[in-house]
Order: sequence, then C-alpha cells, then structure tokens
Amino acid sequence: MAFAHAGTATASKPGRAGMRIPYLLLLPGLLWLLLFFVLPLINLAETSTKTPIAGGETGAYEQTFRLQNYVDAFSENSAQFSRSFIYALLATVLALAISYPLAYAIAFKSGKYKNILLVLVIAPFFTSFLLRTIAWKQILGEEGPVISILRTFHLIGADTSITATALAVITGMTYNFLPFMTLPIYASLERIDPRLMEASGDLYANGLTTFRRVTFPLSMPGVVAGTLLTFIPAAGDYVNAQILGNPTTKMIGNVIDSRFFRIVDYPTAAALSFTLMAAILILITVYIRRAGTDELI
Amino acid sequence: MTRWLSKNLIRIYAALAFIYLFIPVAYTMAFSFNDSGKRNLIWQGFTFKNWLNPCGAPEVCTALGNSIKIGFLATLFSTILGTMIAFALGRYSFRGRNTTNLLIFLPMATPEIVLGASLLAMFLNLGINPGFWTTVIAHVMFCISFVVVTVKARIASLDPKLEEAARDLYATEWQTFRRVTLPLVAPGIAAAALLAFSLSFDDFIITNFNSGTVNTFPKFVWVSSARGVPAQANVIGSAMFLIALAIVISAQIYSSAKARRLQKKH
Repeated sequence: MAFAHAGTATASKPGRAGMRIPYLLLLPGLLWLLLFFVLPLINLAETSTKTPIAGGETGAYEQTFRLQNYVDAFSENSAQFSRSFIYALLATVLALAISYPLAYAIAFKSGKYKNILLVLVIAPFFTSFLLRTIAWKQILGEEGPVISILRTFHLIGADTSITATALAVITGMTYNFLPFMTLPIYASLERIDPRLMEASGDLYANGLTTFRRVTFPLSMPGVVAGTLLTFIPAAGDYVNAQILGNPTTKMIGNVIDSRFFRIVDYPTAAALSFTLMAAILILITVYIRRAGTDELI
Repeated sequence: MTRWLSKNLIRIYAALAFIYLFIPVAYTMAFSFNDSGKRNLIWQGFTFKNWLNPCGAPEVCTALGNSIKIGFLATLFSTILGTMIAFALGRYSFRGRNTTNLLIFLPMATPEIVLGASLLAMFLNLGINPGFWTTVIAHVMFCISFVVVTVKARIASLDPKLEEAARDLYATEWQTFRRVTLPLVAPGIAAAALLAFSLSFDDFIITNFNSGTVNTFPKFVWVSSARGVPAQANVIGSAMFLIALAIVISAQIYSSAKARRLQKKH
C-alpha cells in the first residue's frame, strides 16, 4: 500500500555536524539488512555451486564451483518453474480484475462509508491466512457447499471436483493476495484530483473515455505496485499449492522446500532459489520500464 | 430496472468482491462453534465449549504464546530501525541514497522462500541452531522494509510549513522534532507497527525455515492441517480477527472525533 506513496522527499540542508546524522540513523537498520539479508544471499550463491563430498554423509557438501548445478536444477524442474509463473500471472490478472472495480467503488462511490470499507478490505488479513486457505479447501471440497450447489443445478458432472486442482490453487492465490492489489490501486485513485475528471466531462468526453484517457492512466502507479505485490509472493508461494493442489500442481516453492528439508539437497535448493529470484527481478525491471513508473523505488 | 442496474453495477460488483473476501473468514468463525471433537471438518452441531476452552487442543496456546512474543519483539526492533531509516531518507540528502533505497526495496521483491532458505543456510553454515531468536532476527529483517515505506510516506506527506513555523518561533531543532515532527509522524509509525506485527504474527514460510523446533501459531495450523485443524485454532483465528477489528475501528472513531473537535475549535 505504502509502495504507491514512496518516492518524493524533502531534503533539508544539514550543517557541518548534521552531515553525520543520516548515516547514524541508517547504520543499525542497514547493518541488520546487510547481516541477515545480503550476507545470506551471498552465502546462498556460494552454496549453489557446491557438490556432495564423495563418501560423505548426507548434507555434507564441498565447494567445486559447479555451475552445471544451475542447468541441472532448471532442467529437472522446468515444469514447476513455468507452472509457478503461469499460476502467479493468472492469479495476478484475476486479482486485478476483482480489485480495480472494488478500489474504484471505494474511492469514488462509497461516500461516508469509505473508511469502513477500507478496513473491511484489510480485515480478512486478521484471520491467519493458513486458516483461510484451509477454509477454502473445505468450501471447495467434496462435502463443501460449492460442489453440492453446482451438482444440484447439474452445472458439473457427479465425477467432476474442484478440490486438489489447478483451479483451486489459483483461486486460493487470487484470494490470499487480493488486499495487496486493492490497497495500492485505491491509494492512487484516491489521489486523483476530481477536477481532472470533471474537466474531461466538460470537454465532452463520455464516462468511458474519461476513464480510459484520464482516470486509468493516472492510477497506473497503483496498478504497477499492486501487480508486483501480488505477483512476487504468488510466484514463490507453495502454501496454496500444498493445501489446495495435488502432485501435478506443484510449484517451484514446493520443490525448494522439499529439496531443503526432505532431501537436504542444499545446492539444488540454493540454485533454484537464485534462479527464481533472478527471474522475478528481471521481470520486475522490464515491467517497471514498460509501465514507465520509477516512483516505486 | 436496467438503468438502476447500470448505475449501480460497480457497487454490486464491489459487494460481490466483499462476499468473496469474507467467505473463508465466515467459514473459519462458524467452525469455531463446531462440536467436532478432534477433526473439525464436518459440521456436527453448535457449541460454545471451544470458546470456553481455547487452550483445549494440545500445544495450541504454547504456539500462540510464541507467536505473540516473536511478533512483539519483531515489531519493536523493526519499527525502531525502520523509522530511523525513514527519517534519514525523508529528511536528509546524503551520498548512497539510491543504494539505500535499493537495499530497502530488494527484500520486498524477494520471494519469502528465498529469504527463509538463504537465512537458514547461513545459520546452519555458522553452526547456529535455529530457534526462537533466529525467528525474531528473520522477522525483523523482512519487516524493516515495510516499516520504512509506511513511515517514509507519512513523512513525505507532512506540510513543511509546520516545521518552518516552529523554527520561526525560536524552537531548537530538537524541540521542533520532539513537539512538531514526531507527533505528526506518530500515526504513520503506529500504522507501521501494526503492519509489522500482523506480518510477523501471520508469517509461515520464513518462520518454518528459521524456527527449528519452536512452534508458532501458523506452524501449528500447518502441521495439524494434515489431519484436520482443531476447532481451538478457529477460536484463536476468530478472536484475533475480532480484536484487530475492534482496535482498528476504535482508532478510526477516535481520530475522526479528534478531527471534529479540532474543527470546532477553529
């Protein structure tokens, strides 16, 4: 949400003694990030080219700078990789389709109920997301209401189910990341000067043209922030695939998790993590360039 | 009829979206009243007994207690560290500004599984056993960025004239900060702290990597989900929902009442 606001800052003119103040303010926090974010990533890079020690016990690796690890990791798991990106993309598009009208309604059509509706968008967050995902499993499950309603009206056959399908996984992801999409879009719609929309109307633009030429372009920073905040966690997610999916809906997150914990194959887990992170960062960079908003960073 | 429909189409759409948002919450709440025994999967009948005995399922309250402790510590540290960074970025120009911004942005652009796995790999390399404090460290790490962007947004939205006025009235730099800037930024800091707590409390992926044998509430739910989550977990989830909603709504009422009072005075 705050993504959309960040960017502009009023810098003041520090005196001689003031020169040190910003660095003192930055020091503890940046040190923390250096120690527990940057260093682990460097360590991960180092782990990713290790190979098992011949004759050693499980989980013992030595550094051999084997870049082939990356090729192996990717080629063995390319299906899960592409699935992660396709599911994340679908969930992002669906979340955008649900969130944009919702954010628009809250920003422009809700009158005095605006604040209450905003609270309601965040409110589901207060119930553990695992509990809500498990609730979806039961709602979409064999004994749940959705299946029985669809079957009563003969919309699906008796042997069709939703639970443990790709559809359920994507539904769950769309659901879980929806507020991340809605809030930034709302924030950027809210900041639009209503006079701009009035002006468009005065110049004989109809409602649709006003939206297409004025409102939507002005809300782009929110759309960009929202799609990123949805896509990034969705691409690395494995909880929805685990709870709502089946073995054929496994995503890259599931593979990293099991490589790490069940197979203790740290180098492959590290290589996969790096590939995932690199892929996401490249996509983000291209996307931000395309969308033309540098306001985010 | 059609005119009414087309005029209110977007409101109907929004109402449907809200129903979608709340279906699983309603489901979770309903099943907190289920007279279910161990497996809380099928509706058996209405009861208050889960609410009267929220710690009835083994481990659930230990896990909840850990989550609250970790959430509190992570919120405290990340709010302090993040607010300091936000002030540096929002109030000063200095060399290395872009690098700092990048370093703040990157953890938010990194999937949780990468954050969790890389940190655990480092702890294991260093021979540190994951547990309570490694979880706190991990939570502070991923909360800092969210605190920075939230507080920085608040600082950027301040009217610089208010601080100029304080200086014109011969306030020292410290007085200006203490009496003008800080109270104005405080709502942003409070929002950031609330955000940090909810991120920490609800985190599963990074916690699962870095907590070793220490149980947290999301871990408890995850482990028990294989054989059916006990109704006590639904009670705790529902209670958290109601408490958080009450806090947010009373904060809203308080701030709008305050705004009205101020308007009356002038």
